[in-house]
Amino acid sequence: MAVGLEASLGNSVITTKLDAIINWGRQYSLWPFIFGTACCAIEFMSAAASQHDISRFGAEVVRFSPRQADLLLVCGTISYKQAPILKRIYEQIPLPKWVVAMGACASSGGIYDNYCTVQGIDTIIPVDVYISGCPPRPEVVLDALIKIQQQIQGETVLHDRHKDFKGILD
Amino acid sequence: MNRTMREKIGAAFPDATCSTALDTVVVEVSPETLHNTLARLKNDAAFNCGLLLDVTAIDYLDHPQPQPARFAVVYTLRNWQDNLLVQVRCPVADPERGIPSACHLWGSANWGEREVYDQYGISFAGHPDLRRILNHWQFQGHPLRKDYPIGKGQICYETDSLEKEIRARLVENGINETTLKDINTEIMFLNLGPSHPATHGAIRILTALDGETILANVNEIGYLHRGFEKTAEHRTYNQIVPLTDRLNYCSSMINNIAYVKAIEAWLGVQITERAQFMRVVLTEFYRILDHLVCIAANLVDMGGLTNYWYLYNEKEAAYDFISRLTGARLTSSFTRIGGMYRDFYEGWKEDLEGHLRAIEKGIGDSLKLVETNRIVHDRTQNVCILPAETALSYGFTGPTLRASGVPFDLRKDAPYYNYQHFDFEVPVGSTGDIYDRFMIRFEEMFQSIRILRQAMKHIPEGPVDVADARVHLPPKSEVYGNIEGLANHFKLVFEGVKVPPGEWYDSFEAANGELGFHVVADGSGRPYKLKVRPPCFYIMGGFHKMVEGNMIADAIINLGCINIIGGELDR
Ligand code: SF4
Repeated sequence: MAVGLEASLGNSVITTKLDAIINWGRQYSLWPFIFGTACCAIEFMSAAASQHDISRFGAEVVRFSPRQADLLLVCGTISYKQAPILKRIYEQIPLPKWVVAMGACASSGGIYDNYCTVQGIDTIIPVDVYISGCPPRPEVVLDALIKIQQQIQGETVLHDRHKDFKGILD
Repeated sequence: MNRTMREKIGAAFPDATCSTALDTVVVEVSPETLHNTLARLKNDAAFNCGLLLDVTAIDYLDHPQPQPARFAVVYTLRNWQDNLLVQVRCPVADPERGIPSACHLWGSANWGEREVYDQYGISFAGHPDLRRILNHWQFQGHPLRKDYPIGKGQICYETDSLEKEIRARLVENGINETTLKDINTEIMFLNLGPSHPATHGAIRILTALDGETILANVNEIGYLHRGFEKTAEHRTYNQIVPLTDRLNYCSSMINNIAYVKAIEAWLGVQITERAQFMRVVLTEFYRILDHLVCIAANLVDMGGLTNYWYLYNEKEAAYDFISRLTGARLTSSFTRIGGMYRDFYEGWKEDLEGHLRAIEKGIGDSLKLVETNRIVHDRTQNVCILPAETALSYGFTGPTLRASGVPFDLRKDAPYYNYQHFDFEVPVGSTGDIYDRFMIRFEEMFQSIRILRQAMKHIPEGPVDVADARVHLPPKSEVYGNIEGLANHFKLVFEGVKVPPGEWYDSFEAANGELGFHVVADGSGRPYKLKVRPPCFYIMGGFHKMVEGNMIADAIINLGCINIIGGELDR
């Protein structure tokens, strides 16, 4: 039941908090940028294909330009040679942005504990959700998407979450 | 055959030491005679080694047996017509001075030697472009040397510009400074990748364009270099199977099988009949899957998204089917030295037939859309033509080589697992253009289905593992029931399968071409060295030969039709 100001405005106007309405919009129109380097990217392809159909969650508008995306999905191993490119792509995505590390490699280096593999992309860029598995099943990609959506619900538009982040390339 | 060949080679090179390892004739020469030996093996009609398959090196620093020098470089050559494999070994005492390059004999030596330089720090005199290839340019040291610690990572802050290389390539193609400065030529440099939707992974393609025509092209790889070879040296032989999954991850099982086949060959283990048939069935099934993804993605590049759904849906269904067998959709890890992880489940045969029918339908639907499609024809026919000599020189194998008209297929020319008894054909192209490379994959899928049906008809019953305590885990009842079984199990798991000392090369017809393994064993349960000969590494090495002179948009679909898989390319 409407009270206060809302009551005097009648039925044609709804008042809400700015955060609530913006977050609601952001949640259901995430535009992913796929940073697919290795095997995990194949499983992302499956998540996008008919059977799992990522568009049920409003995230099917896969962008190939970071400037048009707000969700960075890192699918695959990141080597030291690749690292500066990943960082550059991340920086090119406008705020607000979220990052998912898909698979063991992106999360921690996975089975590649050696001289050329970055031991987790969170040493380079901030990560919001990690997905385990080598490779994770497509359902888990959808699960990560839901987690990001839940996280967005609790955020506020005025706050830059990763202002103080410092990685090995900074 | 190889006996007489060995004698023939021995007689031709009296200064060299000749021996054999499996089917390979190994010739050991000094750096001074290396060049003449290689040139004669290539040009003499008696040997006719037109394919330089691979170049690699070995660091003997920690090797238990004394060696003439710390390093040795090995060139693996093949005469594809007579099924002759030759390895030329050359000890290298001083890596800085190095040995003469083979670049003017084979195009594939260019990237092969660069990799050796990058990983081992061995120089090649006369190499036109000796620089790192897999590791980044800021990297210090050489990771595959035995004294380089496996965990020592090095941060890269910036990408290499490649400006010097593209300018050199322009000059090589006859475009000099005056043309560049001429007001009427407006040469534009265009960079694609490494993060670009058309590169299907992380490859960097740099082109110099005149309008839309490519005047020069250089490529950079190594963005997915994950240290397969160094990691493998620290694993037991069976622990390497999961690593092989991730080479060509579109056909993981083929890598599993090719790898264990290489190890079994040296161990002298004869796997059971049923296991051989299983391996044929799984290889061919994965060959279909690999081609499906390649064609589906290639058609998306051309703008045919509908095809993608027709083809990818079958692949998606096949993943679920495979996970029923192996427990994983993508990374199968289904082989073990001496056999398979387990037998087919009950009802596999019917399930397989169902999938084959669906795949036939999917391919058929897709073919209907492309076979007489004017756009597909115009975009692929007579575009990016690669003549047979160039393809051979750059070490092409598999469908991309056959598209150029060379009917070389290991399943026919050096058959294993009873391939000689199967009734199938090897499709060969006539022009060597994108159309041929593309249609050959379609035809190969139909041939694989033929083989699959024959194999499922004749597959015998019986065990899938050898009963050999040296290589295979004892049954659980023995592990829990008696001390010998327990000790056997323990030793195989902790120490690994003991492989007798030696060096050998073994190869397999994978979906992309010849997948080879060069192994150095020191008698322990871990390989001293394990080098993969990935088919698409050398195919990518000849990419510029296909695209120069064509349009930039053609380069995109050409990249799609040669099926570059990062995991295998960069290892
Ligand atoms: S996590 Fe596993 S499947 Fe994913 S990229 Fe790494 S190795 Fe490949």
